[in-house]
Amino acid sequence: MLRSRNAWLAMAALLALYLLPIWVSGYVLGLLTVAYYYAVAAMAWDLLFGFAGEVNFGPSFLVGLGAYTAALLNHYQGTPIWLCLIAGAAMAVAGGVVLAVPALRLRGPYFGLVTLVAVLLLQNMIVLFAGFTGGEIGMDIPDVLSIDDHTNYWYALGFMTISGALLFGLSRSTAGLILQASGQDATEAAALGFNVAKHKMAAFCISALFSGLAGAMLVFYLGTASVGTVVDIAVGVQFIIAAVLGGRRTIIGAAIGSIFLIVAGEVLRPLGELSTFAVSAIALLVILFFPGGFLGALRPRGG
Amino acid sequence: MLALQILIDGFAISALYGVGAVGFTLIFGVSGVLNLSHGAIMVVAAVTAWATAASLGFGRFGGAAAGVLAGLLLSFATYLLVVRPIQSSRAIPREEKEIFVLTGTLLWGIMIQEAVAYFFTNTPKTVLPLAPGVVDIVGVRTPINEIVTFVISWAAIALLWLLVNRTRGGKALLAASMNPRGLTLLGFEMANIHLTVWAIYGVLAGVAGVLLGAFLGVSSDNIGTLTASAFSIVVLGGLGSIWGSLLAAYVVGYLETLTAYLVAPSVRTVPVLLLLVLVVYLRPQGLLGRR
Repeated sequence: MLRSRNAWLAMAALLALYLLPIWVSGYVLGLLTVAYYYAVAAMAWDLLFGFAGEVNFGPSFLVGLGAYTAALLNHYQGTPIWLCLIAGAAMAVAGGVVLAVPALRLRGPYFGLVTLVAVLLLQNMIVLFAGFTGGEIGMDIPDVLSIDDHTNYWYALGFMTISGALLFGLSRSTAGLILQASGQDATEAAALGFNVAKHKMAAFCISALFSGLAGAMLVFYLGTASVGTVVDIAVGVQFIIAAVLGGRRTIIGAAIGSIFLIVAGEVLRPLGELSTFAVSAIALLVILFFPGGFLGALRPRGG
Repeated sequence: MLALQILIDGFAISALYGVGAVGFTLIFGVSGVLNLSHGAIMVVAAVTAWATAASLGFGRFGGAAAGVLAGLLLSFATYLLVVRPIQSSRAIPREEKEIFVLTGTLLWGIMIQEAVAYFFTNTPKTVLPLAPGVVDIVGVRTPINEIVTFVISWAAIALLWLLVNRTRGGKALLAASMNPRGLTLLGFEMANIHLTVWAIYGVLAGVAGVLLGAFLGVSSDNIGTLTASAFSIVVLGGLGSIWGSLLAAYVVGYLETLTAYLVAPSVRTVPVLLLLVLVVYLRPQGLLGRR
């Protein structure tokens, strides 16, 4: 009963997002376009954290790998966009495997630190080889997805809808349940005969695939790849906050959190430099008083 | 000549890293908290010292004292407003407390960073050194401030050692890091122990912040890097191990100084990061960590 009500709510919300371009300006559409790409990265992070139980502090490592692979190919080789997207996603999956290997051996804070270091190393490499990658300033890309606000909005919304549906479906499937069991008690899950390592590895690859694709799509929307938009730790932190704020272990909550963060940043813009302060304060209050996030607050207690 | 220069510079910066990291590791050892607002507390201490010394006319010593006090107060605020509510919350499952404390302190750090940038702008600020001037150590021109930094850092660490090993309260802290339940059974109030640890941590972070401000200067933009560097040092040394953190502080300090002098200042953090990945893969418990 409740599930079907939530499904209807989700449908209605999506429909509203699809109809939104009728009313709002191109500027708002641009903001939401970025929010949707961030949402995919946040949902991919939630698959790793909420279900596999792995705290990845470096989601922007995977996003950045996808983004820069795509950007470099397009900039130097003039590779067509679709091929760049595939290459970016493939590179991110390779990065996901690199992260998964320590994750299967290390626990808690140690794994967290490896992921953090991965981001710092990637960022340092990009800045060090500035002649090749554009460094801090960033690199312009000859091709863009589209120059039309509406078309870009459709691309991003479609991408988010499909990714969200796939990730959500996966998290509710048998594989998702096994993953959740492995995350909560790896020993017991293994004792029940499930291959914990295989499932976690798969979770890393899937999370990386969506993160990398989101990064690659984002650079083709922005027309430029820069450390500040796809690699910086602050970007990764934003995915994490979005997922926890929206409600961890829900997938959809991560998307809601991302959209909320970007919209709230915009609404609070009149506060000037204090807008980030206000957004962080709101996020902190939600975490302290509603640890389940937005979706957790809707859910009946004890459920 | 260059070797001597590296030796002296590295010695001072490593001691400074040591003070910053020891507090961080102490908190983790006793209460299992990784405080991601660490860099923010250091920067607030430095900025307070800078502001009070210059515009309020506290002078260099008054300013430094005000800075350390600010570190102490902010440390209490972090514990009482962010960490303790999360730890005592019934709505958060126990196995997820860690990620909530991490996210909570991270957000708190961002709030502090934005507040500092708003009130004092994000331009770099240099705290008045406690002792100005330059001396000549066998041909290397060394600012006296570097020596002061070194002496104060080690004095703080020595005081901490005395406190932990020679006083009753300190021994209780040590015991708390080994077996909190046993300590509770002996009639110690864990709440008081946590407050004491956060107080010690606040003073250490304050001292580290003020010294850093006088040595290299600080800006609110450094907060993330400072936290990451303390986190790296502590993991490299072994989470919860104070001696390990000190050792790691020296490894990191010298590695950075060597790279900065011999390769290029812009790549100074890269060898440290590579070393860290290597250590975490091969010896996850860190240099001196026990597991």
